[in-house]
Parts: sequence; structure tokens; C-alpha cells
Amino acid sequence: MFDPLMYVKVFAIGGLVCLIGQLLIITTKMTSARILVTFLLFGVVLEALKLFEPIREFAGAGISVPIIGFGASLAHGAISAGETMGLLGVLTGGLTATAGGIAVAIFAGYIFGLIFNSKTK
Amino acid sequence: MYITERNKKYNAYVEAKMPKTKPWPSLFRAFWVGGLICCLGELIKDLCLYFFPYMTIADAYAWALIILILLASFLTGVGIFDKIGAYAGAGTIVPITGFSNSIASPALEFKREGLVFGLMSKMFVIAGPVIVTGVVSSIVVGLIYLIFNL
Repeated sequence: MFDPLMYVKVFAIGGLVCLIGQLLIITTKMTSARILVTFLLFGVVLEALKLFEPIREFAGAGISVPIIGFGASLAHGAISAGETMGLLGVLTGGLTATAGGIAVAIFAGYIFGLIFNSKTK
Repeated sequence: MYITERNKKYNAYVEAKMPKTKPWPSLFRAFWVGGLICCLGELIKDLCLYFFPYMTIADAYAWALIILILLASFLTGVGIFDKIGAYAGAGTIVPITGFSNSIASPALEFKREGLVFGLMSKMFVIAGPVIVTGVVSSIVVGLIYLIFNL
């Protein structure tokens, strides 16, 4: 806990992931929606190849805070619930694992959307 | 034929008019802001484990994501997130804050088109594709694991 070396690794890996995203924006003129979808898919693939967990043990939040972590926990949920519950688990596992994040994002987006007004540019 | 010719001309025009951003500074800005957001996530996780020692690491990471999502929505609401985003580019899009902003930002923007067809439906303009991709691909992966008993 509060290990300085861990924070260095988190900063380096997290920064690197964002740098790759910026590189994609510059070179391919991808919109932010495409960036999010691409990184999410990358996370799903990492989890499917069982590569996400070792990276997370090394880099902590550096890999789980980027949307890659969101994709990985979707895939992880579907895989692990599939092992215990079969087909039903495959269908419910992904959203169950990420329900907290999606629900909070929707809830906060709705509440803050009601409270605040968009700034006219 | 005519249309492709016209599109090509238009793209060249857009290219000429677009403000040129130098690649190197923007890469550096994305790096340090993105790294910092991830460090903030790690800090929230560590604080959770410090104050609630019986919390599992997975739960602590879940709390870190939830607090980052809340924070990003709030900063979007007060208009600060857009300024950070303009500075950092992918540094704020790629972390989970970008997902949160992609929901809160159209919610604010389209509120004037009504509560149901404005705020509530436009919320998912970007988040919708993200969730669809995630659900479809995770089910495919889960099925592959189920069928081949990996």
C-alpha cells in the first residue's frame, strides 16, 4: 500500500496507454468514440488471451483505469460466470461485472445534466 | 465520380483550414495527464484499503473507478473537464473519465431538446457504441471459453 515504485509504474503505463491513444488521434483522425471502442476491444482481447491479469499485477491502476480495464472486466465477468453458471453466466456475467461503473456514469450524467447548464462557447 | 472529386477537394480544404497541432507536445500532454489520472485511481484504491482494511483489492479498484467517474461527470457539469480535455486530448479520453464525460457532456448539451429525447437519449450517443461493443465482444469471448472449455 502507498508504494512509491507502484505509483511510478502506474504513471508510466497509464501515461503510455494515453500516449498511444493520442498517437491514434493524430495519425488516423479517429473521433473519441472510436478511440473508446478500440481500447475497449483491446481490453476484451487482452482478457481473452489471459494477459490482462499479469499486466494489472504489474501496473495496477495504470491499466485498469484506462477503458482497457473496463473491457477486460466485461470479458472477465462473462468468462468466469460462464464457468460457474454456463450459458446464462456468459450472458449475464459481463454486465454484472461492470454494472457499478455503467450505473454510476448514467446516474451522475443524469443528475449533473439536470443541475448544470451547458456553457455556451 | 463527381461526388468523390468534390469530397477530395473538400477534404483538402478542411486540411488547409484546420489548425495545425504539433504532434510532440500533444503526445507529452496526453502522457502526463493520463498518467496522473491513473495515479489518482491508484491513490483512491490505496486510500480505500487503508480506511477499510477488509475490502478486497477488486472492490477497491471498483471504488476507484466509481469515484473517478463521479468526479469526471461533476467536472463536465461545471465546465472544467472540457478545458482539461482540450489541453490533454487522449489523456482524458482513454481513462474511464472519458467514458463518463461522453455520457455527461451530451446530457448537458441536449437538455434543451427535452428531458426524454434530449438529455436521456443523447446521453448514449458515444456510450451506446461503447456498451454495445463491450457486451457483444464479451459474450463472444465467453461463448468461446464455454464451448472449448478453456
